[in-house]
Amino acid sequence: MSYNTWVVLIGVSLLGAAAGVVGTFAVLRGRALTGDALAHAALPGLCMAVAITGTRDLTIMLLGAFASGLLGVAVLAFLRRYTRVAEDAAVGIVLSVFFGAGVVLASRLQQQGNAAIAGLDSYILGKTAGITLNDIYQIGGLALINLVIVLALFRDFRLICFDPAFAIVQGRSVYWLDLLLMALMAATVVIGLPAVGVVMIAALLILPSAAARWWSDRLGTIVTLAGGFGIVMGTIGTLISDHYRGMPAGPVIVLIGVLIFALSAIVGPQHGWIARQWRQRQAKGATWTANG
Amino acid sequence: MDGQWLTIGSTFLVAALVAIPCAIVGCYLVLRRLSLLGDAISHAVLPGIVLVYLHWETRTGLPLLIGAVLTGVLTAVLTSWVTSISKVREEASMGIVFTGMFALGVLLLTTQASQVDLDPGCVLYGQLELAPFQVTDVYGIEMPAIVPRLVVVISIVVLFFTLAWKQIQTVAFDAAFATALGMSVPVIHYAMMGLTAMVTVASFEAVGSILVIAMLIVPPATAQLLVARFHHMLIVSALLGVLAAAGGIALGYWTNTNYAGMMAVVTGIEFTLAVLFSPRSGLVLQAFRNRRLSWRMVSEDVLALLYRREEESHATPGVEVRHITGRWQRRLVLAWLRWQGWIIQRPGQLLELTDAGRRRAASLVRAHRLWEAYLHSEMALPPDHLHESAEFMEHFLDDVLQQQVQEAVGHPKEDPHGRPIPPGNG
Repeated sequence: MSYNTWVVLIGVSLLGAAAGVVGTFAVLRGRALTGDALAHAALPGLCMAVAITGTRDLTIMLLGAFASGLLGVAVLAFLRRYTRVAEDAAVGIVLSVFFGAGVVLASRLQQQGNAAIAGLDSYILGKTAGITLNDIYQIGGLALINLVIVLALFRDFRLICFDPAFAIVQGRSVYWLDLLLMALMAATVVIGLPAVGVVMIAALLILPSAAARWWSDRLGTIVTLAGGFGIVMGTIGTLISDHYRGMPAGPVIVLIGVLIFALSAIVGPQHGWIARQWRQRQAKGATWTANG
Repeated sequence: MDGQWLTIGSTFLVAALVAIPCAIVGCYLVLRRLSLLGDAISHAVLPGIVLVYLHWETRTGLPLLIGAVLTGVLTAVLTSWVTSISKVREEASMGIVFTGMFALGVLLLTTQASQVDLDPGCVLYGQLELAPFQVTDVYGIEMPAIVPRLVVVISIVVLFFTLAWKQIQTVAFDAAFATALGMSVPVIHYAMMGLTAMVTVASFEAVGSILVIAMLIVPPATAQLLVARFHHMLIVSALLGVLAAAGGIALGYWTNTNYAGMMAVVTGIEFTLAVLFSPRSGLVLQAFRNRRLSWRMVSEDVLALLYRREEESHATPGVEVRHITGRWQRRLVLAWLRWQGWIIQRPGQLLELTDAGRRRAASLVRAHRLWEAYLHSEMALPPDHLHESAEFMEHFLDDVLQQQVQEAVGHPKEDPHGRPIPPGNG
């Protein structure tokens, strides 16, 4: 394998690991679909960044995406706080209206013949092939920073996920930790956009931890496994997508995640199908002995 | 020019025919808090569409419709199955099911792309612009090919809603009650999921699989802010959908952008306006009501203050009002009181009550002191605990309530602090 391929693989691995770890906490906090809304809401920002600067500089595009993604989340929070619109409807509204705005902006740029917009489709369905080496350094670096922050604050995040009341008693600010978690999730979603795309990035947050859930009840184990599954999804997805030119990486990465989830459902040692059958048989055996 | 208007007209026809069934089915989704399941289904029907297309080389007709209904039901079943067997929340399992199925659809589409003329762009945001150019003949009338299909879908939706009206309404508002009445909630639920999938598939060509969510969720959510009754909600939702279609196409044509995307943006604008200005729960109206209430309370406090000063020293009527915070609020409140003819300020002198103002103020002070007397005698509160509550209640006790309180405490002449209770109007 060439040097380039190695760099891309390492970058995507870091992305997968960050998504798995951040996603575990996001799912535990009930924010899985907020992540989905955030990803869709990032599209107009991405287009605005291109429209304003006229270039396809990754940093600026990701900053735009981050800003409008956070705006989407802010709208969501506003609707939750001040109106009686149900939470699920609010997610659907933010997701579809922001995405619509993104589509409008993209079509406008296309009409103007803005060359920079060509290939914006790859941000919707994801494509690792088009990412330059420079981009992957940025993505990998940011993923690493995310990962380090989450692991450093592991105990605090565990506390707000399982016992927010106790966290308050302990003098932790649940509000700021929640906000930080949201920002980390937004950052992870945004840096995942070039590789996995707007539509399916939420799966990269959800699938690793959902699969890890079959393996253990302990948060430490789940987070480690989720990070590992994220790496596997990212690397294998990238390799397949690179091998068959023109195949978007997003769907491949998601389908590998679904495969891992399904396999975990069968072989997971804690809650998997085999483990449950085994335990039932043992329980029956124990009853037999007790009766005999 | 005529040809152009004809094109726009038939584009609007298609868009409106998409908007109506979406808006109707969406009402059920929004009321039952199943918006995200609608979202999931609209993503999940993609593999079904691609498979049918690959096999029958058609994106119309019965196989697709049946395939769609089955996929919709399958998504709902799969989601509840994954939720029940795995240790994750429903929203997470929904995320797994629909991203998984969507991924499968995109993959099928891109690997088989050479064989089908469905492109990923169409999947994501539809081809409303092209709808008028694919025409068909129905009894000698030329119309966009998608129109007869949409008419069939609307007929099915309307027929189902008419036949199962009572069941749908009951399940939408209170599923537990519906079960108690002996209705089969799962039957209605899965039928509605199938209907959602059917509507999604029929709209798919025009608005794509993500923007259809805007047509499904946003008009009903907007209608819910505007009206209370189910049939009103259905009608308003459908009207908002059609309006969004018209507005979206007009703006899209004008700015030369994607029609379907613009329709989604217009539904968002409608929703924003409803959030702000809805007569039932609009934030602006609420803020205005709160402001008006606080201004009324402040102006009543001013009247009561003037009355008490008069009471304390008959020699120097009139006081300076410095207590009201905020210069604008003070000006506004004093102007309002003057305009009502309740206070007057002679040149070089302080504020005074007019006769009408004194009557109004007396009623307020009477309410205040009656309430203190009531708390003291009925609730046995000590005299130093009475003022706070009375300061609040004086604004809400009208003549009738004052009468009742007075009777309850036995027509006292003085309040617990020994100050006279002004006589009532009646």
